[in-house]
Amino acid sequence: MSQETLRIQKISAHAGAVPGEGTQREFQVCKLIDTTTCIGCKACEVACMEWNDLPFGATVFDNTYQTMPDTRWNYWNLIKFNEHETEDGSLMWLMRKDQCMHCADPGCLAACPSDGAIVQYTNGIVDFQQANCIGCGYCITGCPFNIPKFNSETKRVYKCTLCADRVSEGLEPACIKSCPTGCLHFGSKDDMKFLAEKRATQLRDHYNFPKAGVYDPPGVGGTGVIYVLHDVTEPENYGGLPKDPHVPMSVRLWKGPLKWLGNLAMVGGLIGLFVHYLRFGPKSREEEFEKRHEGEQP
Amino acid sequence: MSTSEQVLPRGRILRYTFRERIVHWLAALSYIYCLLTGLAFWSPWLFWLAIALGGGQISRMLHPWIGLLFFAGVLQMYGLWARQMGITDEDRAWFRSMRYYIRNEDEKMPPVGRYNAGQKLLFWGFFVCGILLFLSGLVLWFPEYIPWSLRWLRYIAIVTHASTALLTIGLFLIHVYMGVFAERGAFDSVIYGDVTEDFAKRFHPAWYKELIGSAPRRK
Repeated sequence: MSQETLRIQKISAHAGAVPGEGTQREFQVCKLIDTTTCIGCKACEVACMEWNDLPFGATVFDNTYQTMPDTRWNYWNLIKFNEHETEDGSLMWLMRKDQCMHCADPGCLAACPSDGAIVQYTNGIVDFQQANCIGCGYCITGCPFNIPKFNSETKRVYKCTLCADRVSEGLEPACIKSCPTGCLHFGSKDDMKFLAEKRATQLRDHYNFPKAGVYDPPGVGGTGVIYVLHDVTEPENYGGLPKDPHVPMSVRLWKGPLKWLGNLAMVGGLIGLFVHYLRFGPKSREEEFEKRHEGEQP
Repeated sequence: MSTSEQVLPRGRILRYTFRERIVHWLAALSYIYCLLTGLAFWSPWLFWLAIALGGGQISRMLHPWIGLLFFAGVLQMYGLWARQMGITDEDRAWFRSMRYYIRNEDEKMPPVGRYNAGQKLLFWGFFVCGILLFLSGLVLWFPEYIPWSLRWLRYIAIVTHASTALLTIGLFLIHVYMGVFAERGAFDSVIYGDVTEDFAKRFHPAWYKELIGSAPRRK
């Protein structure tokens, strides 16, 4: 798996084919987060900052255990806490590790206008290349998970890399390494899917969570980060995990039909005007106008 | 400026004042910059435009500022010309006989004042699109300040900005074609300010009549 992250399969706003696309057998990596065994210790938050050498920023206390309301450009991994009252009136303390989901069909990449600013490696990791980022923030609009964050000083956008540097060397991401309960797993997508389904079955059959299931949203083609949830029918309870995430319709419209229509109209317009000039020419030149109106008195 | 001052010696007529020309070129040049950088962000195949204009980052940084200049130009134009741009019955007649205009059979057109109906359409098109581009552009300028709960603003802005920009491109192409290629003398008039009497008679007879009627005929 070494150097796997260096093999690119998608490039944002790139004219032409992707070099080397499809020359390797598929080996998608995946992070599995079992929210049912997360204790909210935030070791993963610290490990993420340590490994990625992110500067420490002030936290925001909002009467919960949550470090801050949302991820930041320099805080890519955040446990979201939610005190959830169930139908029978009992309390569930839900904790979910929030970070980039590494979508198979990434909205950020679809929206990005800058060649090579966002890439998706063959192993599924979606990575921002800040050197190519122009800071337009279209990725912020394209993302259905509210993940890319803008740094107003560097004018670039940042997010979790799934520790692409570690993964390319055959290591697991830093958050996985730090997890004390084993609620975080890392491996191939197939293996993680298998493990997650097994855990969900266990929760349904033996732990009285009949709605337990795996969150791997098909609306974005599946994700490189999957969750096991006690109640997969209401992911919103887990700190606003969207129920059926999609790349926004308007981004699809803008990058799809509108682009074709616009390009056709612009090229058609130019050709039309050129043909008009060849057929009719300029409105008669002044001498001709004089000639035609000779003898007329104004 | 009174109409009598617009009739110049040697058969020339002042069509655009210095202020009108300045405002026109403020809007025109800022529009062209936004057009080129905007096209770079529109299509990967045109991203080289941003490279040629100093790189993607600089284009992204300047596009909204130059966009503000363009919007200022549009507002100035509104102040200068809005009252002359009212759509009249003559304009409706003009639209009905537009096919003659397209075929350069201008003698079959109803008499035109200072602006023909097409020019008025251009004006209002740019005015409305300018406002929409400004509003949606503000959202796109600072997407990171739009809270997650108001993300629909970004969704609307991204489509509005692109589609109104496309509309202005249509208007822009026709405007440049008419001004530079089709109506000889029009481009000079927005540089030097004046046109020949023949130009005025030919393209804006009602305006010409109004000017001549108010001024003593000079040879």
